[in-house]
Amino acid sequence: MVKFLPLKQAVAENLNDGDTVAFEGFTHLIPTAAAHEAIRQGFRDLTLIRMTPDLIYDQMIGMGMAKKIVFSYVGNPGVGLLRRARDAIENGFPHSLEIEEHSHAGMANAYEAGAAGLPCAVFRGYRGAGLAAVNPNIKSVACPFTGEVLAAVPSIRPDVTFIHAQKADRKGNVLVEGIIGIQKEAVLAAKRAVVTVEEVVDNFDDLHPNLTVLPRWTIAAISVVPGGSHPSYAHGYYARDNAAYLEWDEIAADREKFQAWMQANVMEKSADDFEARVEHLRKAA
Amino acid sequence: MSDNPGFTPNEMMTIAASRALRNDDVCFVGIGAPSAACNVARLTHAPDITLIYESGTIGTAPDVLPLSIGDGELCETAVTTVAVPEMFRYWLQGGRISIGFLGAAQLDKFGNINTTVIGDYFHPKTRLPGGGGAPEIATSSKEIYITMAQTKRGMVEKIDFFTSFGHGEGGDHRKRLGIDTAGPTLLITDLAIWKPDPVSKEFTVVSLHPGVTREQVQESCGWVVKFAEALDETPAPSELELKTLRDLQARTKAAHEGTGKAKAA
Repeated sequence: MVKFLPLKQAVAENLNDGDTVAFEGFTHLIPTAAAHEAIRQGFRDLTLIRMTPDLIYDQMIGMGMAKKIVFSYVGNPGVGLLRRARDAIENGFPHSLEIEEHSHAGMANAYEAGAAGLPCAVFRGYRGAGLAAVNPNIKSVACPFTGEVLAAVPSIRPDVTFIHAQKADRKGNVLVEGIIGIQKEAVLAAKRAVVTVEEVVDNFDDLHPNLTVLPRWTIAAISVVPGGSHPSYAHGYYARDNAAYLEWDEIAADREKFQAWMQANVMEKSADDFEARVEHLRKAA
Repeated sequence: MSDNPGFTPNEMMTIAASRALRNDDVCFVGIGAPSAACNVARLTHAPDITLIYESGTIGTAPDVLPLSIGDGELCETAVTTVAVPEMFRYWLQGGRISIGFLGAAQLDKFGNINTTVIGDYFHPKTRLPGGGGAPEIATSSKEIYITMAQTKRGMVEKIDFFTSFGHGEGGDHRKRLGIDTAGPTLLITDLAIWKPDPVSKEFTVVSLHPGVTREQVQESCGWVVKFAEALDETPAPSELELKTLRDLQARTKAAHEGTGKAKAA
């Protein structure tokens, strides 16, 4: 049954060294506070899964926590490259990093298959593309009815998934709206799910019945962390901090500057510091 | 280009690309130059164009260009927003996209695109972000438009990695792989408009932008350029087109630097 816990405890109880973990969010509702808590607790040998491993995975890779990443776009959207991830892939710094690369369609289908309890996903993909030749987890199958050759990828089944969402009710049901990305599939595909939320409300009675809701029994722990997805955003709460994404490019470009930033903004901070970071973005939301 | 044509090569590229879009197109939009072109089209001659970003926003009409494919405004101004698996399964794979609009880090003359690595995949000289949605956009959209500024490093005889399949080795290569969509049908650069040869599928220059010479096109391209027999000149941007693009970019710059927040408040 779902537990309401301080983030520090929720992370400590659900993440372990060597885990396969997804911190999901497709440009919206990225679980930054949860990732920073994982960084403070210093986990090692993680396999990090995410369609768009942007700033938080750049930070974890730069801090030496990742053994492998599974991804479909290793960039800072609209800004450019992820410089800590590049340093690991190109130069093995701070240590070598195994990569498993897919397309967005491949990852989305693999999460969906994971949520559906299937061993693999089948879709029309990767035709003529070079990824199939360098990723042994991209194979093909023939449709038993038409003979059409289709791509197959193994389903994604993380040990634990972290997401950020707008609201939980008092019972622990969780509501997600706006760009809903891949979060529902990532939670249902995982053995355990931890959700940080902007706020807790009594119930969802007055809300539209078709909003995305994850029932409380699909979640292990909920932590209330207002502002917890900064510098991404929470639809209806605060706007995306695009200036912070632009600034990250400069911070991550230099190994020492990166370490100094992590020390000041992650290691010496806590989940409680997120609320103030989005204060100036609330009016723009 | 002549000395002072009143517009930059990049503005000409974006406006030429915007003109290629029709009001009834359903367009899967890439970030950067494609996004600018699609929104100029929407704000000028194609007000009802359906713009789709891979974050799941369908029929979006942003006031500023998004920095990422998932900026909040894309969702707020969309007809509807769907989950990412639905985006790729029902809408793209389901064959409901008329134009996939892509950019490229490296491009060859058959419209094959690389945005994955420069150098060897396992020991890359430069690790680029990768394909994201592009590998399937390239094969499931009915047609592909490509836009990029010309450089010898970008337009190469042989790309280092096939992120998205264009016409492969040319001719009927797509058909031989069982791909039944048209693939790249248009390339718009900062110097010219290119279309594939009907048989060989090699991109051929069909129109030079105002003031551009054949030599300039060849000097900034890594393969031997073919020119159509009847070579057109691209009409210069109209005042309305230029104003629309410049206003859009000024709003975008202000918003991304943070100065737009005061206005929004």
